Amino acid sequence: MKITFWGTRGSLPAPLSGRSVRRKLVNALVKGANRGLDTPEKAEAFCDEAMSFAEWSTFGGNTSCVQVDTGGTDYLICDLGSGAREFSLSALGKHGPAAPQTYHVLVSHVHWDHIMGFPFFVPAFIPGNHIRIYSCHPKFEEAIRGQSHAPCFPVEFSALPASIEFITLETGVPYEIAGATVTGMAQLHGGESFGYRIEHDGKTAVYTTDAEYKPDDYGLMDRTAAFFRGADLVIFDAMYSLAESISVKEDWGHSSNIMGVELCQMAGARQLCLFHHEPVNDDQRIQDILAETLRFEEITRSGDKLEICAAYDGLVLEL
Amino acid sequence: MTFNESRFGGAVLIRPAGRIDLSNAEAFKEALLAALASATTAVVVDLGAIDYISSAGLRSMVIALRSAKSASKGFAVSGLTPMVLEIFTISRFNLVFSIHASARDALAAVSPDALIAFDAS
Repeated sequence: MKITFWGTRGSLPAPLSGRSVRRKLVNALVKGANRGLDTPEKAEAFCDEAMSFAEWSTFGGNTSCVQVDTGGTDYLICDLGSGAREFSLSALGKHGPAAPQTYHVLVSHVHWDHIMGFPFFVPAFIPGNHIRIYSCHPKFEEAIRGQSHAPCFPVEFSALPASIEFITLETGVPYEIAGATVTGMAQLHGGESFGYRIEHDGKTAVYTTDAEYKPDDYGLMDRTAAFFRGADLVIFDAMYSLAESISVKEDWGHSSNIMGVELCQMAGARQLCLFHHEPVNDDQRIQDILAETLRFEEITRSGDKLEICAAYDGLVLEL
Repeated sequence: MTFNESRFGGAVLIRPAGRIDLSNAEAFKEALLAALASATTAVVVDLGAIDYISSAGLRSMVIALRSAKSASKGFAVSGLTPMVLEIFTISRFNLVFSIHASARDALAAVSPDALIAFDAS
């Protein structure tokens, strides 16, 4: 199973500003001064060896879209945030517009950052493509149809030439989708949200975003740990700090890096991926949060090590 | 986890010991709320004998802090070991709670009368 992250931000797209680019550039020039970086190869090596990820790259700014590749011919993605446009362009670039494909989409919920990419989902504009959109959310069809509608968007949903289907899922019921077994779980989030456990060929990825986990709700913690049980990867809403999520931002529907570690430890999961980054956090801040999370896992570890990464647009994980 | 509780003026100093996690966070919360009910001015939680506190334990402290604020009572924390201080910092609870190096410092911060009683003890 291969996981590709096309959009990893929460709430709204967060493009890198010109000021941020300039700051990175100035930092790199100062760091690289007098090092003889007079060829692209030397500069590339300098980036790899002497600079952190936040210094030479960016976590990206697109909202939620994650591709799950199970090795079949059909595509499977989670959510239709602004990253879905990047995904769709990549798929088209691979096959070309004349070769119809089938796209399976799992929708966590219908807040705008999770569906805003659909009006720009290029395969929907090409006859012959099949798009099958699944969700446990009761209003996902209404929301996705509704945003491709005047006065918000110039192309009516009904005018899209691709074959588009909406399939409602029930929580707790395993479904065969794009060669994988997919099971949904209801999550705490305003307006409802659903996580998905995706299993294929002995590997398991859990996609759980826009979900609040209350540490003193023992039933919820146990149910969630059971849903995560033994997962090879848990893609986890780590938008807030723990203090924010259980005090000033309680009931805002998001979770924290700390809660991600604790739940993965309870579940015996192998890897935690921090996801749905707070849009006000810059690259350095997200990198610092990752470092702190690694440290928290280290000081609370009682069994096997939990691997931890922070998602970025373009990250590929092989499970 | 065990508790040691003492009173200084109108303040209650509570000293839990051991680990605070999902298995005993509820008991921890009840102990904090009981201490708040019996205190007239403030509660100080000395975590010097705590070697680990989970999110559930921190949640118990948030509930106690809210209860203290609504009752116009003081609430402070003291004696964090380096590891527990690290947990507070990573989770950003260092920005939420009034944290002091020692129980004496915390009592001084929440109630002058408590400090006098503590120094006289």
